Amino acid sequence: MFGSTFNNGLEAVVINAAALILTLAGFGVFVALFGHNPLDVFYILYLGAFATQLSIENTLTQSAPLMLTALCTAIPARAGLLVIGGEGALVVGGVATVLVGVHLGHLPPWAGVLIMGLAGSIAGGLWIGAAGALRQYRGVNETIATLLMNYIAIAIMSHLVSGPIRDFDQVLKTSSWSIPESLMVSTVPGLDVHWGLAVGVATCVILYVIMRQTTFGFGVDILGGNPRAAQMAGLPINRMVLVCCFIGGAGAGLAGTMEIIAVHGFASESLVVGFGYAGILIAFLARQNPAAIIIVAILVGGISASGGLMQRRFDLPDATAAVLQGMLFVMVLASNTAYGRFKIFQLKAN
Amino acid sequence: MTDGGDLGWWGVLIAVMGGAIRVSTPYLFVSLGETLTEKGGRVNLGLEGILVMGAMSGYGTAVVTGEPWLGVIVAGCAGSALALLHGLICNLTRVNDIAVGISLFIFGTGLAFFLGKPFINPSAPRLPHLELGAWSSYPQVRSALEINALFIIGVVLAFVLAWGLKNMKWGLILRTVGDSTEAATALGYNVNWVRTMGTVAGGFLSGVGGSFLSLYYPGTWNEGLSSGQGLMAVALVIFARWNPIYCFYVSLLFGGATALGPALQTVGITSNYYLYGAAPYFLTLGLLIYSSSTKHSLAGAPGEVSISR
Repeated sequence: MFGSTFNNGLEAVVINAAALILTLAGFGVFVALFGHNPLDVFYILYLGAFATQLSIENTLTQSAPLMLTALCTAIPARAGLLVIGGEGALVVGGVATVLVGVHLGHLPPWAGVLIMGLAGSIAGGLWIGAAGALRQYRGVNETIATLLMNYIAIAIMSHLVSGPIRDFDQVLKTSSWSIPESLMVSTVPGLDVHWGLAVGVATCVILYVIMRQTTFGFGVDILGGNPRAAQMAGLPINRMVLVCCFIGGAGAGLAGTMEIIAVHGFASESLVVGFGYAGILIAFLARQNPAAIIIVAILVGGISASGGLMQRRFDLPDATAAVLQGMLFVMVLASNTAYGRFKIFQLKAN
Repeated sequence: MTDGGDLGWWGVLIAVMGGAIRVSTPYLFVSLGETLTEKGGRVNLGLEGILVMGAMSGYGTAVVTGEPWLGVIVAGCAGSALALLHGLICNLTRVNDIAVGISLFIFGTGLAFFLGKPFINPSAPRLPHLELGAWSSYPQVRSALEINALFIIGVVLAFVLAWGLKNMKWGLILRTVGDSTEAATALGYNVNWVRTMGTVAGGFLSGVGGSFLSLYYPGTWNEGLSSGQGLMAVALVIFARWNPIYCFYVSLLFGGATALGPALQTVGITSNYYLYGAAPYFLTLGLLIYSSSTKHSLAGAPGEVSISR
């Protein structure tokens, strides 16, 4: 049993590393076409992402919301659902955080932050949970439903921010009321990274343990692997799907909360920057494993973080990071086909 | 709005109808493209990336050569190239077409912003349109009846595709492959090849839809050009029940709904602007909830498409 787990892990590491190297090779050719030395670009990529304390902090800051939005796809995926609603759940969570947070100025900070975190995760959880319920009780495809709900969530936020909860004192940018200054969280001690990172890592670890060590997690894996078997075993399928959707949505909602209480302080279009869509791919790259999400999110965050430096050093457009990320996503997804094809990883399994 | 005031609510109606024609064109092309893709049994969520890539490459070509129609063709080819990537990767086993689509969405938009940086400032020649409203003295009517050339091409194409899918050999092959891998394999068709071709054709149309954004309306190239029309294609196709002619009606409906908010603004109704803008999404979700059932898959859905199971 241990041998097979170890081999599966090794297989994933080898295949992903190969995909990463191929991606870098492709990206090297791409920048070479624009007259840059690939090795210089790789060096700057490393410098901007992982070389200094500053760049590592930048990378971790970028990766924090991605860990949480990735859960929105990963946890339902373990039960066999393909949810792509992280973007919407993040927005809903952020709006809920603001709606609750503006009334909490009189509370001690820890209590206010706790309540806002609950508000954000419950709102996000109910949002994706609704999609899960529509699927289980009405047969609505969850992928399409959550895609549509992304747009609905963004429209609801734009509506609220443009009128009902707009802060008319903010003239530069259309934004909502701000939460009280006393409820904004600062950075993790010793690092210039906001608390979203700690929340993201802790959530991923907790969910890893739950999905790996509990009866619930085991049941979900059965359901995801073979729904018929789950039905025959008498597992409470509807409840399990709803719980998984709620947990996933809660993760993305919590990402919204952290964006509000650690970064912006108010809801605005700045919440809609594609964290949700990047999260979907991170979940796939991590093969829906919450612990692996932490690593993949940091890697992808590193690419985003080095974008600015690449732009300054080589005068490359800021979309360079997106090109590299896109290449990486395409390559790793394609590499999924390699699993099980190499005998060397299967030997100990039997 | 002094010149809009005399028309009052008629002005809103005219603006919505005119907007429907103008805004619906990219919807029409991406939904036709997605129909071809899904008829073959795959879902391409990467049409958003293809659309933006089409907008950029079409605009760039038009700036450099001064030929907007050449831009349209180049946009289609760029779209085909990205779609080919989607098709080839999805030919591999154990690869999820939805996830590949989203990665293509990120890659395509990233690549378009990267390559399109030099084209943000120069202006390109616009595509032509027909002035069907010259008889009217109202500027609103005249602007509503400026029918763009791509819209007309799209409408003709919708009918041609509907006929072809039903009556021509390629249509039958594509539908067979989309409905049952086993049946198509038994008949000797190369399922992966047919699906890839369906995806590539869909990518061409989506690329053309993108060139409409940059070469006609709004008629410029910048990074905020698309508002998710490519991602919406999947929803549009469900709404249209995988029927090209319904795609045309649904595109008009979505275009009209999108134009409703701005039109209401002209008569002074500015509240709920964003909610009107989201009307298509509410509408599609409502329809989906209404027509879905746990007992059967959606009527008209190709059997092999992952989202209909």
